[in-house]
Amino acid sequence: MLVLLGVLVVVAGFATRRNPLLVVGAAGIATGLLGGLSPQRILADFGTGFASSRAVTVFVITLPVIGLLERHGLQERARHLMGRFTGLTAGRFLALYLLLRQLTAALGLNGVFGQAQTVRPLAAPMAEGAAERRHGPLSAGAREKVRSYAASADNVGLFFGEDVFLAVGSILLITGFVNTTYHTRLEPLDLALWAVPTALCALAVHGWRLLRLDRTLAHPPISPREPEGAAK
Amino acid sequence: MIKAEWFYWLVGGVLLAMSAQMLADRTNPRRLGTAAFWGLLGAGFCYGTWVADGSAPPEPLGAAVLVMACLAGFGLTGRSTPRTAGPERRAAGARRHGNALFVPALAVPAVALVCAVGLKRLSVGGQPVLQKGSETVLGLGVGAVVALVLGMVMLRERRLSVPLHAGRSMLESAGWAMLLPQMLATLGAIFADAGVGKQVGRLTAAVLPEGSVFLAVVVYCCGMFLFTAVMGNGFAAFPVMTAAVGWPVLVEQAHGNAAAVLAVGMLAGFCGSLVTPMAANYNLIPAALLELTDQYGPIKAQLPTAFVLLGCNIGIMSVFAV
Repeated sequence: MLVLLGVLVVVAGFATRRNPLLVVGAAGIATGLLGGLSPQRILADFGTGFASSRAVTVFVITLPVIGLLERHGLQERARHLMGRFTGLTAGRFLALYLLLRQLTAALGLNGVFGQAQTVRPLAAPMAEGAAERRHGPLSAGAREKVRSYAASADNVGLFFGEDVFLAVGSILLITGFVNTTYHTRLEPLDLALWAVPTALCALAVHGWRLLRLDRTLAHPPISPREPEGAAK
Repeated sequence: MIKAEWFYWLVGGVLLAMSAQMLADRTNPRRLGTAAFWGLLGAGFCYGTWVADGSAPPEPLGAAVLVMACLAGFGLTGRSTPRTAGPERRAAGARRHGNALFVPALAVPAVALVCAVGLKRLSVGGQPVLQKGSETVLGLGVGAVVALVLGMVMLRERRLSVPLHAGRSMLESAGWAMLLPQMLATLGAIFADAGVGKQVGRLTAAVLPEGSVFLAVVVYCCGMFLFTAVMGNGFAAFPVMTAAVGWPVLVEQAHGNAAAVLAVGMLAGFCGSLVTPMAANYNLIPAALLELTDQYGPIKAQLPTAFVLLGCNIGIMSVFAV
């Protein structure tokens, strides 16, 4: 049971707001030592873990071109473009983005959209542009909210779209684990089909919340600093 | 054949070049630590090639990872004053270039799409053009390079250092969160090595009430949710919770539909990814990229959706699967 202290280290470090890198490093070392691994083995685990997970960090490669285009006004242009589509509110635009992200992920096209390559340079400024057209200049809080919702549309679309595709990592993990551990024959197609109901729920729930964003922006919650003019 | 490892070297090279720029940038109060962090990351990307194929010892890379964690964790990295163009210059650029600015930006997803759909099937002399299984990652890389060339030609930018400077200030603002996903992948491996999964399984089996299938569904889904939130991704949680509850109780005892139980269980884990800062690449890095003052902004936007969907998964599993 001692090795479970590693999980506790993560939870405790997190609760006391230590830097997550230190927490995870400490949890790894503590768990390894309690589990009877040699220090050399633990170092080797950190090395191989880093080497085999490099794919999550490769989006770095898109940052130079995005940065270059932004120096020349890409975000301003994206905002301006949205000023023309009068029917497209911020909420409707983001709901459309969610649908598109989910559909492409369900076809196995995970890398087509993403936080670095499409949300920052395109989707977030376009949503802001749509919100500004309808509601005028945005307060700092409203701007943060629109950007946060843009990021959330990308995440929800990816998470609940990708499992509908057969060859995605998580489906292969399930079949790989179950077929070797329990000696069954589970087909990726069955798993992918059973991801469809949740995918539809995700589209409905988050899509509805994105559409509600317009209403929140139109009636921002009254902050205590704002004078209440109607009282007189 | 274009190999995934070539592309990792390119990423490593870009990181090393950026780290050299960071070292020379005196506007950053902690430029030495910052340059060391990103330089080690870049070097690790290249050295990782030989660790992945087993021809080099992984221990030096592990030590480098721990040094990086300490550099960032003890606040030895910092940010420089970004060299951005002012708002007037950007507005003028937007007017001058118009919608042409979208061409390189959309080239990234467009090329990624072509690689994933078209080039995937193309082979020259019996060899596939893109390394099998890495088409998505390679598509992103090829797309970024094509877009950069397009953008530099279109905007008449001759110096490669300009886009690199622009990219590195985004890296500096993302900071330590960039390393967290890879650290967590490692933690998952160590947990597996040390047998954490078996212990969590025994614990869960002990608290699980006998006889109630619905409660077992709730324990499986909530366990996936919580463990994913702690570990930052569902892949580490899945073997643990499935060995503890999913397979022995829901599939074997309750004769549930195995495909349905496991697929929905994994998705319950994904709900956990929506609410945890541990899933840094999905939640914290976007907050940095979007220059939010509240780094939990995306998590707050996702929180209600995550809990409603957890409920949906429990409902779907208990109605259709068992």
